[in-house]
Order: sequence, then structure tokens, then C-alpha cells
Amino acid sequence: MSAELFFGLLPITVVDGLSIGLMYAMIALGYTMVYGVLEFINFAHSEIFMVGAVVGVELLVNLLVPTGLHPLFQLVIAIVVAAAVAGALAVAIERVAYRPLRVRNAPKLVPLISAIGMSLLLIDVMRLILNPANPNRPFPTAGSYDFFSQQLDLGFVAINFKTITVFVVVMLMLAGLVYLVNYTNLGRAIRAVAQDQSTSSLMGINVSNIIVLTFFIGGALGGVAGVLYALKYGVASPVMGFIPGLKAFTAAVLGGIGSIPGAVVGGLILGLLETLAGTYLPLMTQDQIGTEYKDIVAFGLLIAILIFKPAGLLGKAVAEKV
Amino acid sequence: MKHTASLPDRSMLLIASTIISGIIAYVMILQKNNIESYFVTPVVMFFCFNLYFASAWNVSRVAKIVAFVGVLFIGIPMIGFTNSLYLQVAVTICIFAAMSLGLNVVVGFAGLLDLGYAAFFAVGAYLWAIFGGTQANEFIAGNLFPLNGNLVFIFIPIALFVAAGVGALLGLPVLKVKGDYLAIITLGLGEVIRVLANNLNKPINITNGSQGVRIAPNPETSPLAFITVPLSEATGIPFFQMQLTMYYVLVLLVVLAVVIFTSRLDNSRIGRAWVAMREDEVAAQAMGIPLVRTKLIAFATGASFAGAMGVLYAAVIGFINPNDFNFERSTQILAMVVLGGLGSIPGVIFGAAIVVSLNQLVLVEISRVIGLLNLPPRFDPTQYQQLIYGVILISMMIVRPKGLIPAKRNPAKLENLEHGELAKGVK
Amino acid sequence: MKKRYLGLAVLAALAMGAEAQNKGVIKIASQTPLSGGQSKLGVAISNGVRQAIDDEGKLITSLGYKLEYAPFDDQAKSEQGVANANRMINDNDILGVVGHLNSGVAIPSSEVYARVGLAMVSPANTNPLVTDRKSTVNVASRICGRDDVQGPAGADFIVQTLKAKKIYVINDKTAYGEGLAAAFDARAKALGATTTPIGIEASERDFASVLNRAAAEKPDVVYYAGIYDQGGPLLKQMRAKGLKQPFVGGDGLDGSDLQALGGPENMKNVYFTTTAVPLSSLPAAKSFAERYNKKFDVTAEGYAAYGYDSARVIIRAISSAARKGKPSREAVAAAVRQVKFQGITGPISFNNRGDLPVAKYVIVSAQADYNDNKVNKIVTVAAPTPDLK
Repeated sequence: MSAELFFGLLPITVVDGLSIGLMYAMIALGYTMVYGVLEFINFAHSEIFMVGAVVGVELLVNLLVPTGLHPLFQLVIAIVVAAAVAGALAVAIERVAYRPLRVRNAPKLVPLISAIGMSLLLIDVMRLILNPANPNRPFPTAGSYDFFSQQLDLGFVAINFKTITVFVVVMLMLAGLVYLVNYTNLGRAIRAVAQDQSTSSLMGINVSNIIVLTFFIGGALGGVAGVLYALKYGVASPVMGFIPGLKAFTAAVLGGIGSIPGAVVGGLILGLLETLAGTYLPLMTQDQIGTEYKDIVAFGLLIAILIFKPAGLLGKAVAEKV
Repeated sequence: MKHTASLPDRSMLLIASTIISGIIAYVMILQKNNIESYFVTPVVMFFCFNLYFASAWNVSRVAKIVAFVGVLFIGIPMIGFTNSLYLQVAVTICIFAAMSLGLNVVVGFAGLLDLGYAAFFAVGAYLWAIFGGTQANEFIAGNLFPLNGNLVFIFIPIALFVAAGVGALLGLPVLKVKGDYLAIITLGLGEVIRVLANNLNKPINITNGSQGVRIAPNPETSPLAFITVPLSEATGIPFFQMQLTMYYVLVLLVVLAVVIFTSRLDNSRIGRAWVAMREDEVAAQAMGIPLVRTKLIAFATGASFAGAMGVLYAAVIGFINPNDFNFERSTQILAMVVLGGLGSIPGVIFGAAIVVSLNQLVLVEISRVIGLLNLPPRFDPTQYQQLIYGVILISMMIVRPKGLIPAKRNPAKLENLEHGELAKGVK
Repeated sequence: MKKRYLGLAVLAALAMGAEAQNKGVIKIASQTPLSGGQSKLGVAISNGVRQAIDDEGKLITSLGYKLEYAPFDDQAKSEQGVANANRMINDNDILGVVGHLNSGVAIPSSEVYARVGLAMVSPANTNPLVTDRKSTVNVASRICGRDDVQGPAGADFIVQTLKAKKIYVINDKTAYGEGLAAAFDARAKALGATTTPIGIEASERDFASVLNRAAAEKPDVVYYAGIYDQGGPLLKQMRAKGLKQPFVGGDGLDGSDLQALGGPENMKNVYFTTTAVPLSSLPAAKSFAERYNKKFDVTAEGYAAYGYDSARVIIRAISSAARKGKPSREAVAAAVRQVKFQGITGPISFNNRGDLPVAKYVIVSAQADYNDNKVNKIVTVAAPTPDLK
């Protein structure tokens, strides 16, 4: 491989990798939000994300595009509605599948299985609604939506408007969450519940309400991510959640699950690693080891990082009970 | 323990239920009538459920033996000779039961969350599929393969050790990591093995990549064919049916061996070390338990069962490809363990039986019954079996959050614990 | 009281009357993934079978049989397929199976069908091994092409017609994609082109790595062996990166989602090889597409058409074997090989191992609207008959 090719590809690879990473980061925020409070991985989050995407796309195609408003404005409306629906769905899931288990002090792995059941349920309900013979819903592209296909040319690299939109949203989400959790009364309550549920209830915090709220926020974040994922990749479908969900979960753990900035950092690093590996592995091995090995590289590095930082990059080391 | 003692003795009921439901099931199977066919599966499943009664009810040893022998060694083979479906499902249940018992060692006993368990299953399955089929000719000269089917019995221990080795090897660097971090690492390692299986067809073709590896089904490649071939000639029962029965007996014996082995483990020094470590790592370490070694043994033991069952899976199904070993497979086995009851040996076996029979029998029957409504094609219930499965999973977990048959602790310990908690409550 | 008895008597009489006309029940089964990630394709096949039973079921019902359809969900898992297959071979009314979508499920399941001689007609399995096995040579047939025919057909088109020298060969790392890509690659190299093999997991939706490299290396053509669910987004991202090269694929691209997901505006220089001519170009196929659309509220496309024709093969085989009473499964399986008719996916007949004897491959130019897809070129290739394994 020539040095020219190597360095020629570097800027665009980094930009594309970070842009995938932003996607993972967005989804990871939902995982980490719920985990931070309940120490529980909401495995149905990938399906909440999917529902958000489908709701957003259906809304755009059927109601918003005909209005002829500016596409950015349409997108904002779709995101808000999708976030509300996904948040409400997350709350409903908590009610049906998790709360009865928490009340009965079930072992930690049990909600994991009911979450898997919930995922199967949501996928099939969505297929039922959308028509199982035609479940894919393309994101609008034609007409005013060319707006998102524009490129911002920086000279050495061109950045897509979609990526810029996603970047802005992720930064807003990150700032909003950090502010909410660290600088408001509500955030103080959330942190209190995360630390010790029974003590915080003694302090007059309604623990149940805080948990419901946490699920709502986590779900709403998933809904936003769903719409933007559909924008970037052009499609929403009932089975779209699994792979990004898995990657985002990985990203959340990599950054230190429970840590809000950690989710974003983890997502960006995972996206970057994956894309770098996908680009340079085949080039450096004369196509003997191809792009298909990129997940091995990504996971290998993940393992290496966790060996040296067992609580993730920005996670706090778990305090041992002595 | 008090409530167990107060249960009435149901030995006679169990014996009667086993014999009567067995006879009804067999008669129904023989009938092959269309209308009755809706009732065959429920009756057969009820018959097999006598095993659950045997472990849940207060019954005498004799009744237990009647139920176990009646269902496992008489009922299922006899039903299976007439209708291979039930035999096939029973074989699959046994394979997954043994694997869940292995995962139970890791997750239930030692408390290490493993989301990549299918990787070890893949190791065993590929080991036999490659050498028991013609695939090995691709990288070993001399046209030596396929190997004789009876070599399965050598490959089971080989797979046992290879999978244990892989488990220990993968476990070594990651066991410092705890809880959910361990979960994600095992998930990653599981994916690594699947991706390797999917891609090791170049530069040297070892796994045949996504095309999968096949073992042609014939007497030369089937284990114990020297028994099944003459048997099928003598009885007129087709060879494949005889072979399936042979596999059934084989996997059943393996499950029994695994049950004995794991229950011995549970009560052994290492078993107590696992429990101690699961409940409190720091305290366990303070008591002189070497954490890394204890964890590694758990990992390797669990992995070795999956490896051995992988060999049998490849032999029974006769064709494997990398998709058989994806993340979904790992969660499926985990669901069996949690559904049945973490750490509970009979529970885990029932968990496997429930998950497999739900997918292969019950959901199909449910959609057949709903299908009688003649819904429009868009609402055809066969398209939504996973929806029903999801609902069943959630409701089972809510109704029995500790599992179908929760793990029993040593009664003396349990009472101490209760007193302890009581004292705490009073304070 | 009396009235009730009367009613019962009438019912009984009706039932007996129906019984008298009825020589029994015949079932046609299908086994495809009806849940999970590939369910869209599996449902399309299953709906195609349903449509065929509606359209041509009278070939069987007119002989006095009751015809039923038994769909099964194989979940794209081999052990599920094998369990369902065991259920089928124990139901004497099931005389033919349409299936599967994945060759990884078709291969072990058809070993089970073969135990009782139950015919399987595959609408989608292009892996040569599906019909190249000794154990299933009497029962497994397919109406789609083989990888080792389709791949070369695509290579001939790209190298000879499009005059490409440098080709990116992308496959989705499934049995279908990898098999097709390997056959394509061998032929393209033999014709003197240089190829770059690239594998992308079928679940991947971000192709930045591959496309950035393509932008630097500038291949003449991108060949994609996989399904439109991934092919559409790949094409879209490729065009968004400014890569205007021809995009060529196999019959996995034959679906309206190629346009929906790839963007109708990106269909210039997009081709795929298939044995089925575009449904709009044949009157019979066009009317099928209209009925299908009306019944299932979705555009009829490749997999639905293949499912439809597979079921028609079985219906014809049963009706020809059933004239003298309910046929055995072996008789139906033998009759499948005698079936000869003009299907909506092309002329259908079988050689002695269950392949189409001469595959007529159509190179289709994709258009902005799926229904306007055009035939670009037709090549005929005889099916190879390698040794049975």
C-alpha cells in the first residue's frame, strides 16, 4: 500500500468513523442513563430505538412532508414526537416487564430475560402494524430533503449535512443530560436514587417516580437516536434495532457504563476503531484479511481496554464492600 | 422446608398419571387422525410433564423411578418410533439441557455472566463436522476423511478438552473484569469466534466459511451404526429412525452424566468456593479462595460441556454453519438457565425443555389452532410466533421470578440466613 | 328438543355429503423464516404460495380433494427447520414443501424430507449443494438458478458488455452472497479482469470503509452479491460518495426495496442477473402481480414470484399424480421432475437432479420504479452437473 493512499484515506476515514460513533453514542446514552440509576441493562432499549425510528419516519412521510415546511423544522417535529412516544413506551415496558420483578427482588439476570421477551414482542407487534410483507420504511429523500445530502467542504475533507445534524443533536443531548443530572434538583434526586434507593425514599424522594422518569428520559433519547439513524441510513424497519443496539451497548460499557460523557466517548472510539480497521486491514494485508474482520479488531481493542481499565474509560471503579 | 413436609404424598397419583397419560399418548400417536392431531401434542407434553411433577411433588422414590423410566426410557422412544417429531425434539432438548447445565455452572454457581457461551458450542460442533465430514480433506492431504462415525466417542472427550482449553484461554485475561463488563467481553469473544468461523475459508479453507460444513448421513459417518444397521434390518424400522433413537439414548446418557457431575460439583469444595465467590468476592478471597483459578475452573467446566454437546449436535443435525452460533444462540441458552432457575439443576433442565418445546411444538400448535379462525394472510399467526414466545417469556418471569424450579439451598444455612435477616430487621 | 335434533341431523347429513365428495385432505407446506431479520423475504415466499393455491388449487380440488396450506416458520435456524421437517414427514397429508430461504436450513431439513421421499421445491436456494447431494437427489429441486451459473452469467456481462477491467466484488458473508461471489470471481478472473474481494456482514449498514477505498482506487464496476435490504443502502451511500460506476448484483437485488432503500434517483447503471424477467414484461406475470398486490397490499417481486412458481410446480405434480387416488409422497416427488410449464419466472422443467436444465439468465436494468425494470440482455447457460456428494 502506498503512503499516498494511506494518508489520502485518513481524513475521510476519521470523519466517517466519528460519524458512526456519534450514532452509537446517541443510543448508548439511553443504555447508560437507565444503568446509572438501576444498575440494570435495559436490553429492550434497541427496540425502543426502533419504535422511535419507525414513528418518526411514518410521521414524516405521511403528515409532515405534505406540509412543505423546511426539512429541518419537519425533522425537529418528528424527533420531538418520536421521543415522546419512545419515552412513553419505555415507561410502559418498565411497568409491565421490570417493575413486577424489582418489587419481588428477582435475581439480577431475570429482567434480562424479560427484556429479551419484550424485544421479541415489540419487533413482532411492529411487523404486524407495518405489514410483515413490507416492513421497511424509507426515510424521505426527494425534493426538499436534498438539503441533508449537501456537503460542507473543508478542503481536505467534506462533511455531510446529516453528520453535522447528528453531531449538533448529540452535543445538545450530552449538555442537557449533564446539566439535568448535575445541576438541578431533579438530577440530585436521580443521583440519590442511584446511590441508595431506601435512604433517598427516607429523604422524601419518590423513588418510583424517579425510576419512571429515568426510563422516560432513556426511552426518549432512544427515540431521538432512532429518527436520526433513519435519517443517516435512509430506512426504518422492525428489525433495525439489534445490531446498533449491540454496538451501542458495547460503547456504553467501553466508556464506563453509567457515565454520561463515557457513553459519548465510548461510542466515538468504537465507531472510529471499527472504521479504521475496516479501511486499513484489507489494505495492509493485500485483502487476505478483509473488512469482515473489523469487529474482531474492535472487540479485541475493547477487551484490551477493559483489562487495563476494568470499569471502562470514564467509569468509576466499583467500591468493594468490605 | 416446612411447607414441603405438609404436602400430601402423591406417589400413587404420579404413577397413575404417568401410566395413563402414556397409554393415551401412545394410542393417539398410533391413530394419525386429522382432528385428533390437535390434541396429540398437549397429551404427549402432559405425559412428559410427569417428570416435572416427579421433582416438584412430594413423592416416594419408587414413584419417581416409575415416572423417570416410564417417560424417558419407555414412553419417548416408543412414541418416537411412530412419530419422529417427538424424538427429534427430545434429542434437541437433551443437547440444550446439557449445555444449559454447563452455562449454569458459570452463571448459576459461580455468578459470572457469560453472553458468549455459543462460542464453545461452535468449537465442538466444528471439530466433529470438519473431521467427521469431508471438509478436513481441504487442508489435510491424503483423502482420509470422512472419519468413521464411531470416532465420535473419541471426539467427545477431545472436544471436551479443547473447549475447556479455549474457555480457560479466553477466560485468563478477562476474569479480572467484573459483572456487566465481563458480560460484554464474553459477548465480544463469542462474536470473535463466530466471525472467525465465518471467515476461515481463506487463505486456507478450514471452516468452509458461510457455506457451512456437512456430514453426509450414511452408516459410515453415523456413530454406532454397527448396532443400528442390523437392528433396523431385523425390525424393519428405517435406519434413520433407529439412528435417531440411538442418538436419543446417547444424549440422554450424556445428560445423566452431566447431571451427576454437576450435582457432585455443587457439593464439592470447588462448588462451595464458587458460591462463596458469587456471594461476595472479597470475603471469599479473604477466606483463602484463589479467585482467578476458581473462576477459570468455572469457565473451563462450562465450556467443556458445550464443546461435547457441539460434537453431538453436529452429528445429529449433520450440517452446521456459523449462524448456528450467533449471539441469539447464547441468549437462548441463557434464557433456559434463568427461566429454569439459576443454580438449580432440575430447573435448568426444565428451562431447556420449555424453551425448546415452546419453539418446536407449542408455538406451532398455537398458531395451528389460531389458524382455524381463517384470519386474513397478513394476520396469519405463523408469522407472529415470536410475539407469543415473547409474551410467554415475560409472563413466566413475572410469575416465577426465581425460575420454574428455584435452587434449593442447604436448609440449615437457609434458616440461619433467615434468622440473621430477622435480627437485622428487629434492630 | 326436536328442533335441535333436526339441526344436528342436517349437520350430520351435510358433513357426510361433504365427506362423500372428499377423497381426503392434501396439504402443501412451506418452510421459510417468518420471524426475525429475514422475515420479509420469507413472508413474500409464503404469500406467493398462498396466491398459487388460490389461483391453481382447483387443479387438485376438482379431483375431489380438499386442499390446505400449512406454512411453517423455520426462524432461519437449522434445528427449527429439522424439527418442522420431522413434523411434516409425520403428516401423511403433506405432499410437497416449498422451501427454504437459507441453504443452511434447506440442507439439513431436506435430509429429513428425503427419509420419506417428500418433495421440496426451493424458490431461493442457489447453493449448488442443495441439489448436488446423493441422499436428497430424488426430492430436492429448485426453480432458481445455481450460484455456479448465475455468478458466471454476471461476470460475462460485466467483463464483456460493460468492458470492465477492475471489479470490486462485495459479498454479504452469507451462504448465498459468498457462494455467488466466489463463482463470479472465478469467471471474472478467467476472463482477464482483476478483482478485489470484499466481505461485509449482512447486518452491516455503514459502508464508509469500503466506499472510501473505492473512491481512491476507482474500480470500473462494483459487483454486490447479497440481498436488497443491504444492497439498497450500499448503493445509496456509494452514489452519495460520488461513485457513479455501474452497480451489478444477483437475483437478491430483485425487489422494490432496491429502489426504496437505494433511492429511485440512483438507479442509473444498476443491473442485476436473475432467471425471472421483470413481472411487468409478461402478461401472465403482470396479472399475478396485480392480484398479489390486491391481496397482500404489497408489491409483488422476485421472492413472491419464485414462491408462486414453486407452489405451482407442486400443485401440478400432485394433480398429475393424484388422478388414481391420493398419491404417495414418492409419486409426487417423481411427478415434480416431469412438470413442464411456462412459469411467471420463466420456463420451468427439471433435469434428473432437480435443477433447471438450461438456465435462461436475464440481465435486468433497474429503473426508478420497480415495475418499469427492463430486460437488458438474455443469456442461456446450461446447468453444470458435478458429481453428487
